[in-house]
Amino acid sequence: MTPPTHSAPSTFTFDQPHQFPGKLIVVEGIDGSGKSTQLLLLKKWLESQGHNVIFTEWNSSELVKETTRKGKKSKSLTPTTFSLLHATDFASRLYHDILPPLKAGMIVLADRYTYTAFARDAVRGVSRSWVRKVYSFAIRPDLVFYFKVPIEVAIDRLLGGTRGQFKYYEAGMDMGLSQDVKESFRIFQSRILAEYDKIVEEYGLTVMDATQEIEEQQDHMREVVTKALEQYKPKRGGYGKRAAIFWRRFGVPQPK
Amino acid sequence: MAKGRRYFGDGLAYLNPSDLKGRLIAIEGTDGVGRSTHIELLQEWLEVQGYGVITTGWTRSNLMSKAIEMAKQGNILDRWSFSLLYATDFADRLEHQIIPALRSGFIVLADRYVYTAFARDTVRSGDPAWIRNVLGFALVPDLVCYLRIDVDTLALRVLESKGINFWESGMDMKFGTDLYESFKKYQGLLIEEFDRMAEEFHFEVVDARKPLEEIQDALRARIQPLLRNERRLASKQSSPSGTESEQAPSVTPAP
Repeated sequence: MTPPTHSAPSTFTFDQPHQFPGKLIVVEGIDGSGKSTQLLLLKKWLESQGHNVIFTEWNSSELVKETTRKGKKSKSLTPTTFSLLHATDFASRLYHDILPPLKAGMIVLADRYTYTAFARDAVRGVSRSWVRKVYSFAIRPDLVFYFKVPIEVAIDRLLGGTRGQFKYYEAGMDMGLSQDVKESFRIFQSRILAEYDKIVEEYGLTVMDATQEIEEQQDHMREVVTKALEQYKPKRGGYGKRAAIFWRRFGVPQPK
Repeated sequence: MAKGRRYFGDGLAYLNPSDLKGRLIAIEGTDGVGRSTHIELLQEWLEVQGYGVITTGWTRSNLMSKAIEMAKQGNILDRWSFSLLYATDFADRLEHQIIPALRSGFIVLADRYVYTAFARDTVRSGDPAWIRNVLGFALVPDLVCYLRIDVDTLALRVLESKGINFWESGMDMKFGTDLYESFKKYQGLLIEEFDRMAEEFHFEVVDARKPLEEIQDALRARIQPLLRNERRLASKQSSPSGTESEQAPSVTPAP
C-alpha cells in the first residue's frame, strides 16, 4: 500500500552478477553461425540430466513482431525506433519468461540477448552508450557463448542449409547497402562481426570456434556448462515424477 | 538560437540537430488539466499571425498507436515494456514529425513531452535515471509550459467532463480497488513529480485553476518573446547552417 515514490530502484542491474538461484545461459552470433543448433543440443543434454529448462528467443513477442512487420512495410523504421522496439520485446520477455524461472531456480537458455542489440544497433548508427543504458535493467547472464564464424562460412550455411534464404533485416536491407540481398548481407554482417569482436572484449564472452564440427563444439560447450553449474542446486517441481508414476499404474505410454 | 539546439543525453548519433531552426514548445501537465484545449487555441492564434504550426501528441505515432492500445488492454504489464513502448512512439514522432517540421521552420506544439514519461516511470519505479537515459535522444524544447493544478480541483474537473478512467487512476499500481481514491493518490504522485521537474528543468508554471481565458493569456505571454526573437534574429543574421561535427559514422536507412 505504500506508494513507491523514489523507493529503492530495482535490485538487479546489468553491471553485476545476479543473485537468483537459477542460471542464465546465452548464445550469441550472426545468422549461420550455428548457435541455435548448439543451444538446442545443449537443451536436450540438460533435460536428459533431469534439469528444468526454459528457452527464450530474440524478438519473439507478438506485439513487437506485428509492429516490426508494419514498420517494414511502410519503410518507416529508423535506427532508433528499430532499437526501441527490440528493447520493448526484450523487456517483456525478461519480465514474463526469464525472471520468474530464474527466481524459481531453473535454467534459462536464451538464443540471443542484449549483445545482439549492442552489435546491430551500433552498426545501424545508434549511439553505443545509449543502447547500453537502455538495456541497463537486464539480468547479467551466468554464461555467454559467442559463436565466431567467418562471413563466407555463414553465407554458405544459409544458402546451402535448411533456410535457403536471407531475412530482410538480417541482411540489413533497410540500410540501402546493396540491392543484392546476398551482397547486402555480406556487408552488413561483416560490420556486425567487427562489432561483436569489441563486445567479446568488453564483456568477456566465451568464444566458440563455429567452424568446428557440430559435435566437437557441443562437447566443448557441455564442458564449460558443467563447470558453470558446479555450485548450482537444481530445483524440481516434482510434477514430472508424479506424472510418470501415475501413468505407469495404467501401463499407458507416457505423454510427451 | 537554433545553433544552441541540443539533445537531453546521448542524442541521435546520425543526426546533427544544429540546423533545426523552428521552435519546439511543450505543454505539460497531468491528465485532464486542459492541455489539448489550450493547444488548439494557441495553434489558431499563431496561424493567424502567419506562423506555420504542427501539433504532436502522446501515442499519436503511425507506428505505435495500435500496439499501445493492445498493451493497454492488458497484454503487457511490466514497467519497462510500457515505458519503452511510449519511448518508441515518441522516437517515431520525433524523427518523422517533429524534426522535419523544425527543419522547415515550423512551430511545433507538443501535447505532452518526455517529462510525462519521466513522471510516469519514476512514480512507478522510484528510479528517475533510467527513463531519462532512454529518452536521451529527445531534443530539449525551447519552452516548456507546465499547467499546474491541485489534485482536488483536478478530480472535480475530470469527473465533470469525461469521467475517471483506469489508466489515469494508476489502477495498475494497485493502490486499492477504489477508483476515486486511486485516482487521487496516483495523480497526486504525478503532480509531485511534475513539481520537482518544474525546478529541475525550469518549466514556465501556469496556474491551471484559473479561468480558461486567463490561462490562455498566460501561455501566449510566455510564447510571445520566443517568436519576436526568432523573427528579429532571422532577418539580421542568415547564418550558414553550421554542420561542422558529424557525431558518428551516419548510417541511415531510406526514409
